[in-house]
Amino acid sequence: MNTWIAIGVTAVGCYLLKYAGLLVPAGVLERPLVKRLAALLPVALLAALTAQQTLSEGPHLLLDARVAGVGAAALALVLRAPFLLVVAAAVVVTAGVRALGG
Amino acid sequence: MAAAPGRSADDSWRARTYKTAGQRLPSVERVAEQIEQTVPPGIPGAAAGTPLDGPPRKPDTAVIRDALGVGVAVGLSGFAFGVTSAGAGLSVLQSCLLSLLVFTGASQFALVGALGAGGNPLAAAAGAFFLGARNAFYGLRLSGLLGYRALMKPLAAHWIIDETSAVTLAQPDRRSARLGFTVTGLSLYVLWNLTTLAGALGAEALGDTAAWGLDAAGPAVFLALLAPMLKTTAERAVAGLAVVLMLVTLPVLPAGVPVLVSALAAPAVLLVQGARSRRTARAQEESR
Repeated sequence: MNTWIAIGVTAVGCYLLKYAGLLVPAGVLERPLVKRLAALLPVALLAALTAQQTLSEGPHLLLDARVAGVGAAALALVLRAPFLLVVAAAVVVTAGVRALGG
Repeated sequence: MAAAPGRSADDSWRARTYKTAGQRLPSVERVAEQIEQTVPPGIPGAAAGTPLDGPPRKPDTAVIRDALGVGVAVGLSGFAFGVTSAGAGLSVLQSCLLSLLVFTGASQFALVGALGAGGNPLAAAAGAFFLGARNAFYGLRLSGLLGYRALMKPLAAHWIIDETSAVTLAQPDRRSARLGFTVTGLSLYVLWNLTTLAGALGAEALGDTAAWGLDAAGPAVFLALLAPMLKTTAERAVAGLAVVLMLVTLPVLPAGVPVLVSALAAPAVLLVQGARSRRTARAQEESR
């Protein structure tokens, strides 16, 4: 049930955000501070989510094979690899380290 | 990327933008900034690099090719979402509904990650909502460019995401913008949903997704989305502070809440930056 609530709220919320952008007259959100905040908010969220999903298991910090996998993804990004290859690198390296008992 | 001074540099920038957009998730900010820097306002066609005295139209085939490049490449990554979603414990139906109804990748990944970690559903939805906030700003910029009537807006709204915005904002006129938006939106929507289904079914067949390393797909996607955003010191400071806030609050706060606390890194860095620039301004004032 909890999952269904989350899906419903997210679907409605995300749709309204998209629609609001088309409806709101230009100028309302065009203030420099609002624009700066809107640009920085995803940076904070994505960085936090990357750290959380790489370094934790539930409420505990945990270093395991995912660290190697995400490290491989970072390397692939530095080498300007295509998006799918970046994800594949993370998956393959994580699976590899786990298979080796990491 | 520095502002391109000449025509040839301009063209290589364009080629590179499309290439980047097709292969990796595109940086909309970069595309839009570049357009603002290089295009004299009110001159249609200039954004496409066409000579000002020549035909301002961009061929439809070129628009469709660019749009499909982005739509297909990113659409295929729905597979990673389907796998991650199933790995987080969502059913195939739930995973598919998310792709059909939410249809904004980062929010979807964030939601299933938070749910998988046992987070409160509203806290999980809040994280996804904040990530989706950037789409409102895309809509704002696309509104004038697309010029859709009131009746079309509720339909078009669903497709306003990173990729469609990147393609649409790069078009020189309304006709190309609408074509680019529609082709990118349609190809990405269809593929993203089909590959979500395939990924969710595939993950169920695989069983333990962690043994296959599939739990690393989510953070890799976030990192790939984040990397092109880290251009200035402010952005890097926000990312660093967010990571610290996350790691410090994770063990002590309920699941789903640490992400929201980490989001405070953005206003915090803006505050510090604002205070610093005010101090600099005052110092300059006094030295005069």
